[in-house]
Amino acid sequence: MTADIRATARSVEPAPPARASGPGRPPRRGRFGVHIFLSAVSLLFLAPLLLAVYASLRPYEETAQHGYFSFPKKLSFDYYREAYTESGMGKYFMNTLIIAVPAVIITLFLAAFVAFAVARVNIRGSLFLLMFFTAGNLLPPQVLVTPLYVLFLKIDLPWWMSDSMTLYDSYWAVIIVNIGFQVGFCVFVLSNFMRTLPKEILEAAIVDGAGVWTQFWRITLPLCRPAIAALATLEFTWIYNDFLWALIFISNPDKLPITSSLNNLRGQFFTDYNLLAAGSILVALPTILVFLLLQRHFIAGLTLGSSKG
Amino acid sequence: MPQKTARRAGRRATARRFTRRDIAVLGVLLGIPVLLDIVIVWGPALASVGLSFTSWDGIGDIHWVGGDNYENLVQDYPAFWPAVRHNLLWIGFLGLVATPFGLFLAVLIDRGVRFSRFYQSVLYMPVVLSLAVVGFMAQLLLGTDQGVVNTILDDRNDPVDWLGDSSINLWMMMLAASWRHVGYVMILYLAGLKSVDPALKEAAAIDGANERQTFFRVTLPTLRPVNVIVGVITVIEALRAFDIVYAVNKGRNGLELLSVLITDNIIGEASRIGFGSAIAAVLLVVSLGFIVTFLVQELRGAREK
Repeated sequence: MTADIRATARSVEPAPPARASGPGRPPRRGRFGVHIFLSAVSLLFLAPLLLAVYASLRPYEETAQHGYFSFPKKLSFDYYREAYTESGMGKYFMNTLIIAVPAVIITLFLAAFVAFAVARVNIRGSLFLLMFFTAGNLLPPQVLVTPLYVLFLKIDLPWWMSDSMTLYDSYWAVIIVNIGFQVGFCVFVLSNFMRTLPKEILEAAIVDGAGVWTQFWRITLPLCRPAIAALATLEFTWIYNDFLWALIFISNPDKLPITSSLNNLRGQFFTDYNLLAAGSILVALPTILVFLLLQRHFIAGLTLGSSKG
Repeated sequence: MPQKTARRAGRRATARRFTRRDIAVLGVLLGIPVLLDIVIVWGPALASVGLSFTSWDGIGDIHWVGGDNYENLVQDYPAFWPAVRHNLLWIGFLGLVATPFGLFLAVLIDRGVRFSRFYQSVLYMPVVLSLAVVGFMAQLLLGTDQGVVNTILDDRNDPVDWLGDSSINLWMMMLAASWRHVGYVMILYLAGLKSVDPALKEAAAIDGANERQTFFRVTLPTLRPVNVIVGVITVIEALRAFDIVYAVNKGRNGLELLSVLITDNIIGEASRIGFGSAIAAVLLVVSLGFIVTFLVQELRGAREK
């Protein structure tokens, strides 16, 4: 399934005209129109980003006078330095990494095993397990907020684990909730992926006397590397972008993740939107870079669960 | 029936293959995630339903009030019906405008245009952005005084307040949400379209079907699994919509949504947890309806395979 998505993606990329209108496909009319249309839509989709970049390069006085859609007189990167230092972004970025990295790793490990058990081990109730996890991921998060909040306030942690002495207002809370909430999606995608792997390899291993752990860790997991890489980038983006959980479970402003650092750039009475634009771009930069670098994985990750041939 | 007995026999055969160590591995590594999902997801969801029948304020004792919260919600809470209407509108807009547009783009790109990789990346880009950033960009574009749109319109006497005017701000938010939704839908359909057997299209063409007939009568029906997923994602995204309106104006003044009302009641100063939970329960029941439909379709597909 993935292999075929990727193979096609690769062959479409250089797209010599001969292939596109190759055997069996009638020659296309209006191809030029399609290009104009797609370019226009692409431009429309990029416009907000480009305008934010443009605004971030110009001083506030200039845009306040002439509006954002005007010719520039002065362009500089000053706002980026200011946004970085004034919002304390470095610290918040570390906070986000403290939450996102363990959350992604544990989510993927647990989800991979559940997916393996559901798709590859004959156990009772595997369909129920699959439903249990997948449906859980689709529930609206607000439904879970109150009971979790109360629960976390009641769980005490030793001082060395959390300086608030409770699970509330600690990174642990956000990490655990992210894991619990995201495992469902990963189980769904990975179990679909594992079903497409050839069964013979596993059967051969079983004949050789491999236990469940060996079948999972040594035989199945290495074959899932593309799917896991895809999910890792996806999950990292989602957890990086999340701000609801942190907003609810963290009260100490020093522990907030990077998505909330933008609020530090809003003044009490006056907000410099150009500064805010520079800040937003800095916040969005890691996800955009991850996306551009791992684009093919990323897209494959989203499509794994959906296309079943 | 014979299938069932065969499966049972197979299960017995595999059960014999499990050593004690296998059972321990399965028990621990299935037990942890199941326990986690119960504690983090299903337990709290059920607890919310339970709380919705109480008048709890988060501090005092919990009093059972039966269906009072639901009665208040439907009859006396002024924000409830507008929020329901806004959520329905959101479903309608994503479902009837954004999703078909994503499908349309996927079909165009799938026909094999040049630079398809470029179009694909650009259209997908908004999906990786955080909604806080999307909300900010909406302000940059649609601000009343210096926003880009108003600068272009150049109506200095009576500038449109795109985000403040309660008759249009919801539409602006739905457009911003669609900005992300279209790319997501496009990628899902693109993958689905790549897996459609070209022989089917050829056969239809030989039988004299034109391109449109081929698409609606042959291609679209074979995309059923993708259609189901996209349908559910559309509905769930519409029901979950929260961050984007919250980033713009905390979901007030024409931007009320069910998710915002829950947050306001539970976290807000009033701390009406019982009442907020009743709204949460309504949202839960509606979401579960769609989720179960989706999973039944999905699993039926898996079993056929």
